[in-house]
Amino acid sequence: MTLDRRTLIHSAVGAAALTAAAPRFSFAATPGDRRFIVIVMRGALDGLAAVPPHGDPDYARARGSLALPKEAILNLDGSYGLNAKLPTFKALYDQKQLAIVHAVASPYRERSHFDGQNVIETGTARVMPTSDGWLNRALGPAGVNDPKLALAVAQSIPVILQGQRPVTSWMPPQLPSVDDDFLMRLKAMYARDPMLRSALDRALEVGAVAGAAGGGDMQANAQQMRGARGYRFEPLAKMAANIIAAQDGPRIAVMEVGGWDTHQGQGTTQGVLAFLLDNLDKGVKAIKDTLGPTWDRTTILFFTEFGRTVAPNGSNGTDHGTASVTFIAGGAVNGGRVLGNWPGLKPSSLYEGRDLAPTTDLRAVFKGVLADHMRLGRNEVEGIFPDSGNIAPIAGLIRA
Amino acid sequence: MNLEAVLATHRFGLGAGKRDLDAMRGDPRGWLKSQLGSVEPITRPFAGQKSTAQVLRDLPSMREAANKSPDDMVKLAKMGRDMFIAEMRPWMRNAFETPVPFLERYVWFWSNHFTISVLKQRMTFFAGSYEREAIRPAVLGKFEDLLISTVRHPAMLIYLDNAYSIGPDSPAGRYTGKGLNENHAREILELHTVGVNGGYTQADVIELAKILTGWSVDRESGAGTGFKFFQNRHQAGSKALLGKTYGENGEREGQDALRDLARHPSTARHIATKLARHFIADEPPPQAVAKLERVFRDTGGDLRALAAALVDEPSAWQPTLNKMRTPIEYIVAAIRLLGGIQDTLGDQRFQGLAESLRVMGQIPFTAQSPKGWPDVASAWAGPAAIMERVQWAHVLAERIQKKPDPAVLADTTMGPLLSPPTREALKLAADPTQGLALLLASPEFQRR
Repeated sequence: MTLDRRTLIHSAVGAAALTAAAPRFSFAATPGDRRFIVIVMRGALDGLAAVPPHGDPDYARARGSLALPKEAILNLDGSYGLNAKLPTFKALYDQKQLAIVHAVASPYRERSHFDGQNVIETGTARVMPTSDGWLNRALGPAGVNDPKLALAVAQSIPVILQGQRPVTSWMPPQLPSVDDDFLMRLKAMYARDPMLRSALDRALEVGAVAGAAGGGDMQANAQQMRGARGYRFEPLAKMAANIIAAQDGPRIAVMEVGGWDTHQGQGTTQGVLAFLLDNLDKGVKAIKDTLGPTWDRTTILFFTEFGRTVAPNGSNGTDHGTASVTFIAGGAVNGGRVLGNWPGLKPSSLYEGRDLAPTTDLRAVFKGVLADHMRLGRNEVEGIFPDSGNIAPIAGLIRA
Repeated sequence: MNLEAVLATHRFGLGAGKRDLDAMRGDPRGWLKSQLGSVEPITRPFAGQKSTAQVLRDLPSMREAANKSPDDMVKLAKMGRDMFIAEMRPWMRNAFETPVPFLERYVWFWSNHFTISVLKQRMTFFAGSYEREAIRPAVLGKFEDLLISTVRHPAMLIYLDNAYSIGPDSPAGRYTGKGLNENHAREILELHTVGVNGGYTQADVIELAKILTGWSVDRESGAGTGFKFFQNRHQAGSKALLGKTYGENGEREGQDALRDLARHPSTARHIATKLARHFIADEPPPQAVAKLERVFRDTGGDLRALAAALVDEPSAWQPTLNKMRTPIEYIVAAIRLLGGIQDTLGDQRFQGLAESLRVMGQIPFTAQSPKGWPDVASAWAGPAAIMERVQWAHVLAERIQKKPDPAVLADTTMGPLLSPPTREALKLAADPTQGLALLLASPEFQRR
């Protein structure tokens, strides 16, 4: 089967502009019981390795030594496949709980990690070092007014969740907890330091939820997290999912998975990227299994700052590129589809002659998921993403 | 003890140890400037450690080993970890004991500016020697010499991949079919010199990458730092960087281009902003940035003059504690406050302190990206991070062998900074352990 450019302009993308433009009511007063998990993949994921367009006749030539062999691709629809290190993603796709948007990029067109991450986290049209995060701006419209309902699973709150509305953060406890008397004295001592005082209050809040939900294996799991390359995602994902699944658990959560900057030794079936994809896949399985019935009300949005070069570089890796891939997974997702207009891999089709050309603006995905999963109105979504009036939300990513 | 003395140790140094306050003899500014005389006190404690060139020669060609069996990979990784730990012990001991804490902070600033990270795994072999060889000896010289010493160091060449960058039209490029790796060139422009808004384009990145082709690592010689220029990897021809043309000149091209980048006005502004942010405030006062920028330009990037200008900058002496200590600064300040590692915890406690740094998320040389550690409070003061500090303070207070009177210790080391709620909390503490934990967890001690 070959890729036909026209058939790949998925109807959902075209129809999106029409349906999303229709006025709708917002149920923003209360947070509801849906869960929205954002997984930021820092370092620039190679979308062509995660979701190989193996039906493209130029694929093998364009990727050269990084082209995946047939047995390392889980075929999706003849045109696209999933890297064989992503079996959970494949199962979700088959259950129509995973949608993929390919050739997607933020409006940022340079190739700096830091600026690229700034743009995807602030949701702005260009680099705004001082802007707050788009997910923080979405908290009000989504009715998430209690700090403990917006969680960063991180030691420091990532930009995407920084902003005017207070949020909380959590990492598995690794030190003995302190007694209540000491905490009471601390609170008094922090009376004139609002930053420390609110940080302490919020840590206690989420700690209470984690304690109730997680039970005794938290410390053991914290030990398991330490792996060869930074941390293993699976134990952390499992503990975080325990908190998210709690009745009064966070409605919005952010997690981070790093290491995607595969300049060297990226490899195909073995190598750095194979390890990272396997790590990610196991984490997603842990989230799904741990969430239990909550999974049905959950959407997980995965994205990265940009893609990587189509051709290998001089060191069995790839350099910073432009378009990559994004995943929308969960029981609430209307999946089993690869969306996006495929730009092709012919030399003349590449962005600046080297990168996968972007055909979908990442903000169209952000806006579509926010609108449909968090039940935001069009005006609210437009307010969250400034200067994006020309970017229509992708409708239909979430089950009604 | 006056306010300036406390600020000198707190803001410029590594916390208010009694020894620092004694050494000041009533002249805080003089004490700070006296630390800028020579790099000897920041290099001598590391004498006798293995050089990078030696490490390179000792390693049975890393690339070969990594391509053999998985067992060899594991062995190699363990060798690297052991080597890193062996380097971190003197590093931490020095932090606890150095008599020149301002100069040491200045080293850390530059080491962070020119970050390498052991999260890229083979860096474990080089993190220690990199800072010893490329950073420490150069922090009181010219910025351009510091820049070049980092770009030529094998650790940086490997970390940012320039060691593997090959001119596509060079003899080696034509023979192997390999090409440019832009990573190092990009970070030099974006992070190390002119900065992200410094006025360069993707074309400049590529041109600088071409200029630097051939700058790589000599795995055999065992001498010098292990740098080698490989003419047969160098992309021949003239290159245009930021509007200036560099004619074909081999290794010399890189030297010339880097010196020009170091002298670029955008670099002066970029460095001035980062320095003021690190030592003064997350949002540095514009007049402080302007002054440092002027000093950088007027002195041709003289790093000693820049450090002295910081000491002379009035906004660096305002009493509000704007900056949040990073975990490394926090732990080091705690140990120094309590009289040094021996007095505080006895010997053999480095393992526990390394564990503490891991829990708080800042083992030295493990920054997530080439951008280095963040330098604003919001990055270190989230709920999870603050809870970890509070718990750590509590654990440390329990383990201290000779417990001083917390209220007296606070008063004699940071008295003028103490707020009424902190004084009150220390006064009402149930016992010395709780008092010490409160002191370590106090806003005044977490900030600087």
